[in-house]
Amino acid sequence: MTAPGRSGLVFREALLFESSRPGRAGVPIGDVDVPGVDPARELGADAVREDVPDFPELGELDVVRHFTRLSQWNYGIDSGFFPLGSCTMKYNPKVNEVVARLPGLAAVHPLAEEADVQGLLALACELEAALAEISGLDRVTLQPAAGAQGEFVGVRMIQAYHRARGDTARNKVIIPDTAHGTNPASAALNGLEVVELRSGGDGVVHPDALARLADSQTAALMLTNPNTLGLFESHVEKLAEVIHAAGGLVYLDGANMNALLGVAKPGHMGVDVMHFNLHKTFSTPHGGGGPGSGPVAVRNALAPFLPTPVIRREGDRYRLDDEFPHSIGRVHAWYGNAGIWLRALAYIRTLGAAGLAEVTSRAALNANYILESLRDVYDAPHARRVMHECVLTDRRQNEHGVTTADIAKRLMDYGYHPPTIYFPLVVAGALMIEPTECESQETLDGFIETMRTIAREAETEPALVTGAPSRPIVRRLDEVRAARKPRLRWTRSD
Amino acid sequence: MLARIGVASLEELFADVPASLRTRAELKLPPALDERALLRFFGAHAAENANVQTASSFLGGGAYHHFIPAAVDALASRGEFMTAYTPYQAEISQGTLQMIFEFQTLVCQLTGLEVANASLYDGASAVAEAALMAARLSRRTRIGVSAGLHPHWRAVLATYGEGIGIELVTLPLDAAGRTQTGALPDECAALVVQSPNFFGCIEDLAGAAKTAHAKGALAIAATAEALSLALLRSPGELGCDIACGEAQSFGLPLSFGGPYAGFLAAREKHVRQLPGRLIGESVDANGERAFVMTLTTREQHIRREKATSNICTNQGLCALRVTLWLALVGRRGIRRLAEQNVALAAYARRAFAKAGLRLPYSAPVFNEQTVEVPGLQARLARCRAQGVLAGVPLGRFAPEHANHLLVCTTEMTTRAQIDALVRELVA
Repeated sequence: MTAPGRSGLVFREALLFESSRPGRAGVPIGDVDVPGVDPARELGADAVREDVPDFPELGELDVVRHFTRLSQWNYGIDSGFFPLGSCTMKYNPKVNEVVARLPGLAAVHPLAEEADVQGLLALACELEAALAEISGLDRVTLQPAAGAQGEFVGVRMIQAYHRARGDTARNKVIIPDTAHGTNPASAALNGLEVVELRSGGDGVVHPDALARLADSQTAALMLTNPNTLGLFESHVEKLAEVIHAAGGLVYLDGANMNALLGVAKPGHMGVDVMHFNLHKTFSTPHGGGGPGSGPVAVRNALAPFLPTPVIRREGDRYRLDDEFPHSIGRVHAWYGNAGIWLRALAYIRTLGAAGLAEVTSRAALNANYILESLRDVYDAPHARRVMHECVLTDRRQNEHGVTTADIAKRLMDYGYHPPTIYFPLVVAGALMIEPTECESQETLDGFIETMRTIAREAETEPALVTGAPSRPIVRRLDEVRAARKPRLRWTRSD
Repeated sequence: MLARIGVASLEELFADVPASLRTRAELKLPPALDERALLRFFGAHAAENANVQTASSFLGGGAYHHFIPAAVDALASRGEFMTAYTPYQAEISQGTLQMIFEFQTLVCQLTGLEVANASLYDGASAVAEAALMAARLSRRTRIGVSAGLHPHWRAVLATYGEGIGIELVTLPLDAAGRTQTGALPDECAALVVQSPNFFGCIEDLAGAAKTAHAKGALAIAATAEALSLALLRSPGELGCDIACGEAQSFGLPLSFGGPYAGFLAAREKHVRQLPGRLIGESVDANGERAFVMTLTTREQHIRREKATSNICTNQGLCALRVTLWLALVGRRGIRRLAEQNVALAAYARRAFAKAGLRLPYSAPVFNEQTVEVPGLQARLARCRAQGVLAGVPLGRFAPEHANHLLVCTTEMTTRAQIDALVRELVA
């Protein structure tokens, strides 16, 4: 089998500002049909700026070529296999883009009267109901703009819940050492102290370890399930019991929901609050780092604390309600990233219940297939079966001076996006591989063969690996220099 | 594949899930739809909404209907941009990285400040992050907030600030519709002023910065209508320390409120307290210029609970649209669009006054303004019946503004539409 990567013609491309030529105009801007005014007279001479110095002046074709060339320096899911662990880089169906651009959805103003947005509110309600069903929880808000904002909202609601019960001393959140960095950061943003919970030698969290930390100051346990090792937290019911007995609540980081669709519902595991990452599980584009969408689902007991506004259905009419006294308040200027949650609804409607269940079984099949096909050449930290992703390490390759970073860079030369690397932090030199359900066996076999080739290269010709990559538009970056003397913008003197 | 894994069925892959947790029944979801049925379904719901392409819309108030060149959609739809991830792997993400470096530069040029981040969720979270940044820099917890700050942005700021004990003090507007900055209390981390403010009035940012600095506070300028930055003296030039706001006007569809793109710019000396992602210039192993995520020790994936913010994703694809829009419209085009917005607002202002409608604020405006309309609710209903979205009734936000209508006119508005609106409001 031949690896998909090969060299091709790519173009140099200067910065917009360097290509700019005085007097060159892009798209034409015609006249408006009211009399022109002198802004200095209308607004006051002091109020008006002369110009925006060094602002780009380019023709439309210049701009089109500029961004076409830049795009060719990128690697997307549309380009090739993208097994980035915990990020769920699945195919983003094109029809969802068409849906999001329908003028009746994309050209709707967020302050239009309720009577003028009934169609959108109905769609929002339908998605909320679907997410409630998938999570096994009762109520959903679509307001959070990303997973991290969802975490912030969920933790804040937990605080509000405790406070409303007069339980004001709960200022700690317990977070396993395998958690995403956003979990402790979101807790801190809510003024809470983070207590780290060590996972066991088998990669999962144990109830007795949790029991030693949970007490009357515990606001919540923030759990990711399956965790970032791809392992199902098999003691989750007992963990929830321990936390609930101590008076705390269970928060689920839903980043790995791709492993649970139709398999198990967080609500049945004792989870009280969770967020979804629609850009992971429900296939909205990652866009080079956003926009995301991070809806939060809760049990009825937490519903009074949902962020304002919430959508209420009254007969066949929908309204946005922001008059409820215990709400944690507003977290988004409007009702979340509508253009994104609409795409997620399109995905759910395309697959239906059977399709979603198949997503999860195929994702697990693909992850375990990769794990079992590579275990003999790369160390796996645990002997267990995984759910939707697996973790390997560079321990054996280290003997030849080859590290996880080198393996990642070498994969680029062969035409693959690298896995997530050096995460989770509890595994030294982690390579975290999430193939998703979208990939065929042929694609997986190609990747496996390449990984085996790289393992061989590490033994026989390590320089090939440590010197990689050579095929992308640039070689390895000098990150130290970037941080020591930060240059964060272009200026004319450059 | 099952054989290699060593299981007999897919079911066995889920052996670690306790039987008590296994979902037995299928999820209760509506039946699956193919593309034809899917577009029919969404098309039917889309038809139930009023959209600004077919209606005559004067809606603004933090989300604006502007011209979007065709090339924005064409290029932003490229799969290499749309389906890429956060540019952690710099060698195969140079397209996204260079684009964000250009975005950061454009934000600096427009705001007159020295450093800008790679974008935030929206204008509201940008104000919140700016205020938290000021609190970290000054080690103070009180923030003076203009009554002219968008009410939803203020609400988000309150939500974000509450967890770490931020106290908000409101500074009222004067009769002209500008913030009474003299009311700023002592010991504030920052003074937050939006210009043009929620009521459309252009603020005295230079005065605000002076007042703030005299009390040891940082001056934060917020902008909901980013197009105004092309024409108004920049926050940086006027002495503000932080500029933040919403870039939706630059090529992002209204889309019922999102996804948009918040921006945040500051002085270089404050860069290590700037939240969110930053792209920096460096070189590769061959000495070629290349771009990379930098100063990541501020961020959650490195610093966890000690990070400057919990933000992980930015609004990459939205930042791309903004960069495309600004590049396509360019230096002269953006000035021209901004001047056209001022001309349309001036035309509308004169038409309102001529029709006998009172304009409660005298301060100059950019592209939206507050108009007092007696019997507003009935007038709005008449307008709606004519397919006119007449503006934002401010009574929704505060009862004292019951008869006040916020009317926005952009380059998409025609003279005939304004004339018709005025007729409906006074008839």
